[in-house]
Amino acid sequence: MFRQYLEQIAGVGIYPMFSLIVFFVFFVTLILYVTKADKKEMETISQLPLQSNEDSNA
Amino acid sequence: MTIEKFSYDNRIVRNFAVATMVWGIVGMLVGLIAALQIPFPGLNFGELLTFGRVRPVHTNAIIFAFVGNGIYMGLYYSLQRLCKARMFSDLLSKLHFWGWQSIIVLAALTLLTGHTTGKEYAELEWPIDILIALVWVIFGINMFGTIIKRRERHLYVAIWFYIATVVTVAVLHIVNSIEIPVSILKSYSVYAGVQDALVQWWYGHNAVAFFLTTPYLGLMYYFVPKAANRPVYSYRLSIIHFWALIFLYIWAGPHHLLYSALPDWAQSLGTVFSIMLIAPSWGGMINGLLTLRGAWDKVREDVVLKFMVVAITAYGMSTFEGPMLSLKSVNAISHFTDWTIAHVHIGGLGWNGMLTFGILYWLIPRIFQTKLYSAKMASFHFWIATLGILFYTVPMYWAGFTQYIMWQEFTPDGVLRYPNFLETVTQLMPMYKLRAFGGMLYLSGAIVMVYNLVKTMSTGNLLAEEAAEAPALEKLTVEPTGHWHRWIERRPVQMLLLSTVLILIGGMVEMIPTFMIKSNIPTIASVKPYTPLELQGRDIYIREGCYTCHSQMVRPFRHETERYGEYAKAGEYIYDHPFQWGSKRTGPDLLRVGGKYPNVWHYHHMIDPRTMSPGSIMPPYEFLSENNLDTASTPAKIRAMITLGVPYPAGYDQQANADLMQQANAIAADLKASGAGIESNKELVALIAYLQRLGTDIKADKIAGAN
Repeated sequence: MFRQYLEQIAGVGIYPMFSLIVFFVFFVTLILYVTKADKKEMETISQLPLQSNEDSNA
Repeated sequence: MTIEKFSYDNRIVRNFAVATMVWGIVGMLVGLIAALQIPFPGLNFGELLTFGRVRPVHTNAIIFAFVGNGIYMGLYYSLQRLCKARMFSDLLSKLHFWGWQSIIVLAALTLLTGHTTGKEYAELEWPIDILIALVWVIFGINMFGTIIKRRERHLYVAIWFYIATVVTVAVLHIVNSIEIPVSILKSYSVYAGVQDALVQWWYGHNAVAFFLTTPYLGLMYYFVPKAANRPVYSYRLSIIHFWALIFLYIWAGPHHLLYSALPDWAQSLGTVFSIMLIAPSWGGMINGLLTLRGAWDKVREDVVLKFMVVAITAYGMSTFEGPMLSLKSVNAISHFTDWTIAHVHIGGLGWNGMLTFGILYWLIPRIFQTKLYSAKMASFHFWIATLGILFYTVPMYWAGFTQYIMWQEFTPDGVLRYPNFLETVTQLMPMYKLRAFGGMLYLSGAIVMVYNLVKTMSTGNLLAEEAAEAPALEKLTVEPTGHWHRWIERRPVQMLLLSTVLILIGGMVEMIPTFMIKSNIPTIASVKPYTPLELQGRDIYIREGCYTCHSQMVRPFRHETERYGEYAKAGEYIYDHPFQWGSKRTGPDLLRVGGKYPNVWHYHHMIDPRTMSPGSIMPPYEFLSENNLDTASTPAKIRAMITLGVPYPAGYDQQANADLMQQANAIAADLKASGAGIESNKELVALIAYLQRLGTDIKADKIAGAN
């Protein structure tokens, strides 16, 4: 089926390099974000599950 | 700021909770039956209740019915509260609920009557596949509608896990279910052999990831803080957990195919990513457990937390074991043995089961505005379930190692010490009985829970419409200057797109090269398409679920080539729509069974396996000698195969049945000459034709191509 279409794509060699770059960028960005994230905001968000008002009958 | 009044829909949560309990009992009961059928083959009743048909009912019921409804129960409860909004549409909620339940009923009916695609955990036939896709879209719209009309700007991490689940399951389901319909309840996978295996295990692995794991992690991140009444240990860690997990999981599928005929680079890819998965998984487990820091005294008293602690611990054990199993040297031991069964049950019974029970015990009293009927019963359930897990898994680990040790043992003279596969099976009987006992303990705990919760429900009143109020979400006129993640974590649609892109990258890098590069699957000149009779026989093999116990994959180990014959080549499977490599060997591998025994051996073995192999635990298939072969379907099947690129001559669909009868008559005559009278139009004849063909092609000629 779609094998025929895919066979026409050239330059399979870029796959490993592409994957490596995607990885590197992805994880570096993730770590940068997490280390820089605002502490107060993190705390506010982590309180979200505890906010709702149905716990009166717990 | 205007305060808006609205109400949460608890009725839909209740409905899914009840469905979770009902299907949980059904799924576990079917599992217990399957577990008993192995040591007591007399429990294979007639046509409908043989192990090969019961086992897919068990796996599908647990995954899609029990855990599926468990996901929806927890998601519909937590999403409304985290979004401070009622579900988007009551109608869609109802359609989702009833649609999913009807899929489950249809699944049970079709699987028991032998309508299966033969691909594990994706066994349902194409009309049901379409129905699943429709209901999933309804669920997706309902969920996104709720997220979009929310009154809370931030999307809590649980919601990210839900979003990733909706997207990925849709992609997995559609890609793996592409099939050519032959009739209303029969189809062939468009992929063949190695490619089919790669797609199937990309699906199978990620069904575990995105159906059994990510939604449950979402539930963990909501209900564990809720039950412990304290926020998650580290919200930062949960961000890393989420992105790293969905990014890495999708690549790891090929670890199910180590030492198989899959190209080596793809196997290595699976291993590398599986090892990396330890990091986010354990990050998540630690995050879950440390949420209870300073609250461990509560764990002693609160049964909900007890269930959750065991669940998270099981998640940690499973996600450590998984990567270990994808190391080639460990996989050589575990693959095809009961070790795999033990591993999945740590996940299923421990992680999914215990977390579901914990949530049920927490949720039901709350929405019914009452106290749990009996804390003692719940505590009893906890202990018996924990014991059940141990009694289930320890014997299975034991069985797995025993199998491997016996399979690979040579005498000093260099021959197999246990050349008869059956010796390695009979050795395991005590373990199989213990396993069934463990399953029974676990099931009885679940029954106690259902009784306890039904009592709880009858003493309380369902708070169907739970009043709530929250300020409307104001449009931000000035965007706060912030990081990209702050940008994305408030925008569900962007989040949806980004997670889709992430999982597609993994899927594509994994699969495209195998589809593209011809040299990945060296063709073998002597491998020819199946004859019409063999094709029909193969469909009977699939229908009876033979793949649930028999593999068709000889790995390149000395003990396997000694026992079964030449190791498997990728090129041998190019006409196998779908592939039938199997995933465990309760019975021996069948790849090279063709020509190993005379036809009459197969005849007697199928009628009553124990006449030919004393001590065998295979179900009897006498009914195959009574059922007439459905030859009317042959032309359509041949046409479908031609569409898929199988090189039958043009117009062959019309001549196929003539060839079929000729071959069937020859086999029937041979059987008659050997003293076994059977008419040539019976299903058994077709099955024998298929079995005798298996793995014989490469003996005919030398291998051409890259091998």
